[in-house]
Amino acid sequence: MYQFNHAVELLNLCREYKLSIPEITLRAEAEESGRNVEEIWRLTEENFRVMEESIRKGLNPDIRSVGGLIGGNAYKLSIYGQADTLSGRKIVKAASYALAVSEVNAAMGKIVAAPTAGSSGVVPGVIISIKEEKNLKLKDAIEGLLVAAAVGKIIAVNATLSGAEGGCQAEIGSAAAMAAAAAVFMSGGKEQMCFDAASIALKGLLGLVCDPVAGLVEVPCSKRNAVAAAVALISADMTLAGISSFIPFDEVVEAMSRVGRQMSPDLRETARGGCAITPTALAFTRHIIEQSDDL
Amino acid sequence: MAVSIFDVIGPVMVGPSSSHTAGAAKIGSVARRVCKDKIVEVDFYLHGSFAQTYKGHGTAKALLGGILGMSPCDERIKYSYKIAEKEGMKFAFHQVDLGDVHPNTVKIVMKDDEDRKHELIGSSIGGGKILITNIDGMEMEFTAEYPTIINKHLDKPGTVAKVSSILARYDINIAFLKVFRQSRGSLASMVIETDNKVTPEILEEIQAIPTIKQIMFIDADGR
Repeated sequence: MYQFNHAVELLNLCREYKLSIPEITLRAEAEESGRNVEEIWRLTEENFRVMEESIRKGLNPDIRSVGGLIGGNAYKLSIYGQADTLSGRKIVKAASYALAVSEVNAAMGKIVAAPTAGSSGVVPGVIISIKEEKNLKLKDAIEGLLVAAAVGKIIAVNATLSGAEGGCQAEIGSAAAMAAAAAVFMSGGKEQMCFDAASIALKGLLGLVCDPVAGLVEVPCSKRNAVAAAVALISADMTLAGISSFIPFDEVVEAMSRVGRQMSPDLRETARGGCAITPTALAFTRHIIEQSDDL
Repeated sequence: MAVSIFDVIGPVMVGPSSSHTAGAAKIGSVARRVCKDKIVEVDFYLHGSFAQTYKGHGTAKALLGGILGMSPCDERIKYSYKIAEKEGMKFAFHQVDLGDVHPNTVKIVMKDDEDRKHELIGSSIGGGKILITNIDGMEMEFTAEYPTIINKHLDKPGTVAKVSSILARYDINIAFLKVFRQSRGSLASMVIETDNKVTPEILEEIQAIPTIKQIMFIDADGR
């Protein structure tokens, strides 16, 4: 009854039942899983708490990744963000939180894949920074997370969320689309506007390749989380200013899927292209294979 | 298959990679449940991408963590080498070619405290999901997402019917049922993935069927 595979279907359900995106998403999940709506809400809240905790841990200056390439960047950006910044307080905060989660992930700490581990910083970075900056309630943030989940689910059904299949656009691009939709919802935007923002974000990152240095989820993954948080916020802002997406979300998802299939396997998580085969990356790769017996 | 929102916002896991870390921990934890007795020695044979990039992804620590009983979201996975050493468990990792299998595949060989050997082959197929393809030399396929009953039985008519009638009597719904055999009339294996909890008394009743030679139960992971 509440099942949806496309944005168009979800928007129709919202109109038909006069329910919000999170309400339809909860009901659809309840129908499919056999759990009741209250339990799904509770599980979503549990995941939200893990996200908050990973941000808290990731802002520690002493955090170091397993491969040794990253750590402490979230702390640096959060300290810098207390003064006047170029991109503004809210974007810097979201970006620093996104870095925090991705640094915890790279240090083998606990995170929520959203939609994947490599892209796990964007959604919590955006949702939790907006919650704080706008003084929103826990309920508003959970609803934002459900909007993000609905967007991610549509991408999972019609394209892919895996970098090995679709490149980084499928991971970071999807995360940015999910976060942008959540940001619009949490700012009081209408249902259609959530998907306009998701379209703008995903289009902005279309074609992004997955090129992890030494195969590690560190460089360029971590900083891409921060960049994508900024993309999500500016996409949301454009939508809230009344700008819509010329290409509807479902068609952008199709385009992303097609681009993923056209992408060479060298650019899909194999570490055989992009940043991964730069001289600096290759020198590091040789070093880590020789040095690290304890990994 | 329908996508759950918890496949999108989830799983909760320790990083850095759902396929190389979370999936690896899950395979290890299924292996632990296959070897019911205390594991004193374990060898991991890593294939494909597991063999190439296991170092930076904590794959080895996650596999070992699973063997030690840790779930994919257990933050002690990072320290699993030390914990295994403390528990006196010997472990080693080997890079091998297991042939025409999924790129993220591992064969785990365990020895228990009475010198009995158990083997398991599993693949991490993306997003933290896994597929177990072989236990103790018997080919099979299951995901460990459902409570799973695994039988070794004589390939004789009526065995499957007897098992399913016991499950029906306890109101257990079968989600997936697969039967694998090596040759007609010899030993076969049956993998039953259910929608409901399976109690010890149900397993005892199944084990009492004369053609059932061995029974194993792997409970579902997480939610």
